[in-house]
Amino acid sequence: MQYAILIYGTEGFFERLPEEEQEIALQHHRDLQAELDEKGTLGPVARLMDTSSAMTVRKRGESVLVLDGPFAETKEQLLGLYIIECASIDEAIEQAKKLPAGVAAYEVRPVGWGGGTISDDTD
Amino acid sequence: MPLESEIAAHFAMARPRVLAALTRRFSDIDLAEEAYQEACLRALERWRRDGLPRDPTGWLLLTGRNATIDRVRRDKRIVFQDVMPEQEEDPGDVEADLADEIDLSELRDDVLRLMFMCCHPDLSLQDQLALALKVIGGFSVEKIARAFVVRPKAMEQRITRAKKKASSLATQLDTPSLQERAARLDAVSTMIYLLFNEGYSASGGDIHIHTELCEEAIRLARLLIALFPSQPEVMGLLSLCLLQHSRRRARIDGKGGLVPLEQQDRSLWSRVEISEGKVLLEKALLRGRPGSYQIQAAIAAVHCAAAGADDTDWQEIERLYAALEQVHPTPVVSLNRAVALAKVRGAAAGLEHLSSLSDALSNYLYFHTTRAALLDEGGETREAIRSYKRALELGPTGQEYEHIREKIALCGQKQKNTDAM
Repeated sequence: MQYAILIYGTEGFFERLPEEEQEIALQHHRDLQAELDEKGTLGPVARLMDTSSAMTVRKRGESVLVLDGPFAETKEQLLGLYIIECASIDEAIEQAKKLPAGVAAYEVRPVGWGGGTISDDTD
Repeated sequence: MPLESEIAAHFAMARPRVLAALTRRFSDIDLAEEAYQEACLRALERWRRDGLPRDPTGWLLLTGRNATIDRVRRDKRIVFQDVMPEQEEDPGDVEADLADEIDLSELRDDVLRLMFMCCHPDLSLQDQLALALKVIGGFSVEKIARAFVVRPKAMEQRITRAKKKASSLATQLDTPSLQERAARLDAVSTMIYLLFNEGYSASGGDIHIHTELCEEAIRLARLLIALFPSQPEVMGLLSLCLLQHSRRRARIDGKGGLVPLEQQDRSLWSRVEISEGKVLLEKALLRGRPGSYQIQAAIAAVHCAAAGADDTDWQEIERLYAALEQVHPTPVVSLNRAVALAKVRGAAAGLEHLSSLSDALSNYLYFHTTRAALLDEGGETREAIRSYKRALELGPTGQEYEHIREKIALCGQKQKNTDAM
């Protein structure tokens, strides 16, 4: 079963930390990636760019709205994500616990469906 | 992760917004800074004990406001223009409501107002930048003094005077109309751009501090986009800063000298910043309202896209400079277009474009070095030497001086060879 670890935090916060601490936090990520990679349970990993570079596409009937953002101001944003293979949500939580504390919050969510092409039996 | 540095990071992030709101409240930058400091002191004590609040910005804002109101009640000498509502509750207990307390649209105009106060037209450019660094960036006076190579005492006096002047604006600045907001955004964008350039162009001195100026400019541009997400020129500004900043490691050699673009080791360019700059530019251009920053960012992006100096798409750069000449006609832009023209159509075309600039740029060092290089390329060595010598009179830096002397020697050598034939 696949689980997503979604990383939420305040944009720009990480960059405000002293360099040594940024390095320590990044090392947590590298360690987890290496560990899961070795087990063959590491899926895609992504660090997202700042929301200032994002666009939101919204369809309303026939018309399509393309907006700048999302901008939620000081609120927390989705900063990045992992997809990992785990036997249970407990195990996924254990993996998420290995990520650096303080810089972000980690949401563990089971993946309902994943893959590159949409298969027929999903609808 | 030590809590101390987390707290420090939250303080730094919250500062512009909190200070902006407090400045509107108290119409006085000094009082706002004191209130912010008081809030930080209380936060240190409280957050260390209870952990971080859900909304550090809101916490600091409310605490700073309440602490100052309390103090003012005791000290009747300070009188506010507006009537203060009763604000007695401890922010630690009302956290859930904090988000509602802070009106986003109000806050964004507060930040814009504070930034705009820092670019008071009566202040010299350097004072504007110093004030912005101190008030919005929270830089120490010592650090700013070092960045501008001034004694700390002198810088302190200048900032104090500048603050007074800026505070006198505070009472006049209401919530801006759409037009005023656009004008303020323009002025603030210019200030951020100049701040970036101050960090980018300053050669020698303390390199570390100059990088910090660039980073502060980038942070301010990010803040501006977060508050005004649909302004293509603000996106263009951030894009431009990121693209230029991406080259910082390649621009300085081991001895602290500047390395020209075509000689830079492109593997040292930061790919992360280049891709973000590119994305922002694409996004800005979608709006179909190109302006000076977007075009400059586009030029920087063409350079960044080239694997080597020889792969540079000079035709595209020439087109972009032509466009820039339309929206932002300055002699320096024309000078750059001449360089691009020379790359595309040869030295003669470049020189022709330069000829109209000789009056406007007669005291501009790079006009003469550019002209000399093109003359040399076109085989007019004698004239080239004369241009290089003129450049020497215009106060080049030590490194530039050496470079020009070298060129003159090379030209002299060529001249001798032709004469001998």
